[in-house]
Amino acid sequence: MLALDNVGRCFPNGTVALDGTTLRVAAGEFVALLGPSGCGKSTLLRLIAGLDRPDTGTVRWDTPPRLAVVFQDATLLPWASAMDNVRLPLRLAGVDVAEQMRRATAALARVGLQGFGAARPRELSGGMRMRVSLARALATEPAVLLMDEPFAALDEFTRHALQADLRAMWQQAGCSVVFVTHSIYEAAYLASRVVLMSARPGRIVAALESPVCDAAGPEGLDRRLSPAYTAFVGAITQALRPA
Amino acid sequence: MIRAAPLLLGAIALLLWEGAVRLWHVPAYLVPGPIAIWGAFAADAGLLLRSLASTLAVTGLALIVSSVLGVVLAGAMASSPWARAAILPWAIVLQVTPIVAIAPLIIVWLDDPFLSLVVCATIVAFFPVFSNTAAGLAAAAPELSDLFRLHRAGRWQTLWLLRLPAAVPSFLAGLRISGGLALVGAVVAEFVAGSGGFASGLAFRIVEAGYRLQIPRMFAALVLLSLAGIVIDSGLGWLQRRVLRRYG
Repeated sequence: MLALDNVGRCFPNGTVALDGTTLRVAAGEFVALLGPSGCGKSTLLRLIAGLDRPDTGTVRWDTPPRLAVVFQDATLLPWASAMDNVRLPLRLAGVDVAEQMRRATAALARVGLQGFGAARPRELSGGMRMRVSLARALATEPAVLLMDEPFAALDEFTRHALQADLRAMWQQAGCSVVFVTHSIYEAAYLASRVVLMSARPGRIVAALESPVCDAAGPEGLDRRLSPAYTAFVGAITQALRPA
Repeated sequence: MIRAAPLLLGAIALLLWEGAVRLWHVPAYLVPGPIAIWGAFAADAGLLLRSLASTLAVTGLALIVSSVLGVVLAGAMASSPWARAAILPWAIVLQVTPIVAIAPLIIVWLDDPFLSLVVCATIVAFFPVFSNTAAGLAAAAPELSDLFRLHRAGRWQTLWLLRLPAAVPSFLAGLRISGGLALVGAVVAEFVAGSGGFASGLAFRIVEAGYRLQIPRMFAALVLLSLAGIVIDSGLGWLQRRVLRRYG
């Protein structure tokens, strides 16, 4: 569905953010881009989102996809209610108001925030703000969901809850997810495939298929406690060992 | 209780003032005591209050005109680099030119005295609300701008749904400064125009009382001016707090 070939991106200050990167993402796949700070994973995500252009190589889609992005901050309009934030992309797309409300209400319910439509972002906790941000992405019914370290600023308990919810949403929506993270555990828990990246210059060093990803597999706490998950964390750690 | 503290201090200062004036027999044409000032106000209350209303009308109108102009021009600058390049230098020219230097020209050019006062006060009040709004329009979070770009928002959608609401706190901060300056501008313009002999605002009363050595009346007009300034500032401060409560 998405093909990046030999993509490079160099910033004006001379930093090679990304070098010779080739990546395929299939429909319905959950791909985690895992690497240390400065490995170009966020740059890669921006290129996929079309917010930035590569200096070399190509980013090609089979069909122009419906994209949604969730940023590291919830990135909500502070003056607008949760409902207005969720329906913003629909409003920008010219969807009629009744349909905006219907889809935004459904999306808020799906992230467990029914009844919070009138709340303003500052009245919500960090985890709830991120849920609003997720709802905003889901309301557009995206074919591809791009996420840039969305849970990095949350506490461990909230993060675990949101990770479990995200997997459920992904399975239900059937969309593809490209998820940027610097947490091995997060990548191993969430993804069906983990792409490892290294820094200076940013490039892909390995890709690992998850042994725990099948649809009938364990979810939630059972997934976190399954031997396959533990083995996957080990495999990723091993792959990251300097040669 | 603590809110009464400034009033208490004020009352003590007034008492000391009155006592000192009486003790050393300071003549009223040098420094009048508070009681003499109150007397001057009471004797001419109707006239002074009418003058206050006239000055406030100029101030209010100038504030409205400068906010509208400021927002429109800042919006134009935000939506086009060409407009920005064209407008900004002239706004700065207007800002750095002392109003006392241009006021006589404006008063000569415009037939209507009220209108010329409003124009002068507007020139003084314009810049803070304009420059703050311009800064606010440019200050929307880059990630929010990315979000709008990603969802292919048009220029007007971005302005209306993102940049204008994001600029509201800066606009209000600018408006509060401009509120005080509009009063200053109105007073300065009246001073200049007053010598032409057609004005009726508080500043003109001050000039007039000065010529006639009616110093207590001069003080009374001055007190009214400060009170007007305080009311304008706290009114705009209240508006600012009220609106910002909606923001994060």
